[in-house]
Amino acid sequence: MLTVSELSVSYGAIAALSGVSFEIPAGAIVTLVGGNGAGKTTTLRAISGLIPSRGGKVTFQGEDITTLPAHKIVARGLCHVPEGRMIFANLTVDENLSMGAYLQRDQALIEKNRDYVFSIFPRLKERIKQTAGTLSGGEQQMLAIGRALMGDPKFLMLDEPSLGIAPRLISTIFEKIVEINRNHGITILLVEQNANLALEVSSYAYVLETGRIVMQGESKQLRADPRLKATYLGG
Amino acid sequence: MTEFLQQLLNGLSLGAVYALIALGYTMVYGVLRFINFAHSDVFMVGAFIGYYAGRLVPEGTIWGGIAVLLTAMVGCSLLGMRIEKTAYRPLREPIEFNLVTILAALIGGGAAFYLTRDVFPSDYAIALRIISCWAAAEAASWLARRTGLKIVLQRTRGGAPTLNVLITAIGVSLLLEYSGQLIFGAAPRTFPAIFPSLNFHVGGLTISTNQLCVIGVAAFLLVVLQFIVFRTRIGTAMRAVSMNPKAAALMGVNNDVVIAFTFALGSALAGAGGILYAVNYPSIDPLMGVMPGLKAFVAAILGGIGNIPGAALGGLLLGTVETFVAGSEWSTYKDAIAFAILIVILLFRPAGLLGRFTIEKV
Repeated sequence: MLTVSELSVSYGAIAALSGVSFEIPAGAIVTLVGGNGAGKTTTLRAISGLIPSRGGKVTFQGEDITTLPAHKIVARGLCHVPEGRMIFANLTVDENLSMGAYLQRDQALIEKNRDYVFSIFPRLKERIKQTAGTLSGGEQQMLAIGRALMGDPKFLMLDEPSLGIAPRLISTIFEKIVEINRNHGITILLVEQNANLALEVSSYAYVLETGRIVMQGESKQLRADPRLKATYLGG
Repeated sequence: MTEFLQQLLNGLSLGAVYALIALGYTMVYGVLRFINFAHSDVFMVGAFIGYYAGRLVPEGTIWGGIAVLLTAMVGCSLLGMRIEKTAYRPLREPIEFNLVTILAALIGGGAAFYLTRDVFPSDYAIALRIISCWAAAEAASWLARRTGLKIVLQRTRGGAPTLNVLITAIGVSLLLEYSGQLIFGAAPRTFPAIFPSLNFHVGGLTISTNQLCVIGVAAFLLVVLQFIVFRTRIGTAMRAVSMNPKAAALMGVNNDVVIAFTFALGSALAGAGGILYAVNYPSIDPLMGVMPGLKAFVAAILGGIGNIPGAALGGLLLGTVETFVAGSEWSTYKDAIAFAILIVILLFRPAGLLGRFTIEKV
């Protein structure tokens, strides 16, 4: 569904990604793990058009989207839930969800998606009129995912959904991520520092280190891999 | 008491104009985080559009006045969008300059300028000549784009520092002011009485229909603006872009479209402000925007820059204070006192009256 080949990105003279390639089949949950500064966030940003790439190619459903601006990439059904959530703090929960449906014209579909979001995150329904900035970290993450779902995506990229969230809520959010994938048929690319968790919910994984893919394989096998265990899985 | 009410009325009608201009400053600041100094000159152009359009309609009729008002608003919003697209957008993002369309625009505009040299002999014709040159330039570049021919100069880096955009804005401002002097001359002109002008007396108060008209139109436009910003899809997108442009892009919002719309909206209000100001102070010249523009900018800061109700409040407050001081024995110091008040208010509310420092959870 998504093919990234030889993607390179640099910030000024510093190379952040040097020739990253991977492939994500429709319907899967694939994860990209790696330490701080490995280039995980950069990869997602380059795919979704937030930053320009210096070389390489991104193909989504057979179409070359490498040089498209971010707002046109979303229109094709590829939605990015960014690191730090980037919710609209001064808008209400309801308005945030409406922004997620910005490109949707079909009112019935918007209502259906809104109901779906409320069914997986009932907490959001309780806070519908509240300003998003007043939500807790976990609720903001739910809102960020819910907002993305409002755009009726085919493909969802989640950047560090566990970051800065109460441990109790992390498992809830990951359950929902799996549910979204299973029941809604949305393909997911998950970026996580918490490699244990990411490998648990995904079927395939890539390991990124200083801008390169250094390892890949079935998530189950990677969890048992001694090299990965030493570096990312806490011994 | 009568005098107090009288001054309050005068102050509110001046403040309403400041408020209309201040809204443009504050909205542009909201989405781009810079002060569009050319905004005060869009206000001036609004008054000049009114000056010429006012001759096409019979004086002193309500429909004529409204027609002039709408013409100025449309003209100014086109000008505002053109300024943004030509001067500010290229600083913001990587850009391709297509020499073919730029040349076509220059040739089209130049040709129109040359061809119309004898066609319109009167002073009135200057306005028509400017419009024909502008239209010809836009049409020629549009046609050139349709041919698909390209000679491209590329700049792959975007993102000029805000200060550089600010300097560009000052440049655009001076360009408009002194082109105005070149084209219209520096001498003030008398603005036509486009609205019906009557004075009536209530108690000891003298109320002019012009004042009521200014306050009424400004209040109406504020309500419309409030509706657009808080109740429509594009308005929500404006607020989203002002909070987080990247996140808005990830929702499918084309930031350029929202920014152009913001300029159109702000400039339309400045155009309306230009007409309403000229209705009450019917002497217009190409530098007329400087002081009201500066005061509206101050009003926007006073209310809390980026905050729409704040800009309206700041404008009304500044206009009222200025009028009261002007009516007192310290009238010479009216601007000094108005600005002293600004400094004092900022000491206590550094973010402005309704402004707040937002803290976002990360």
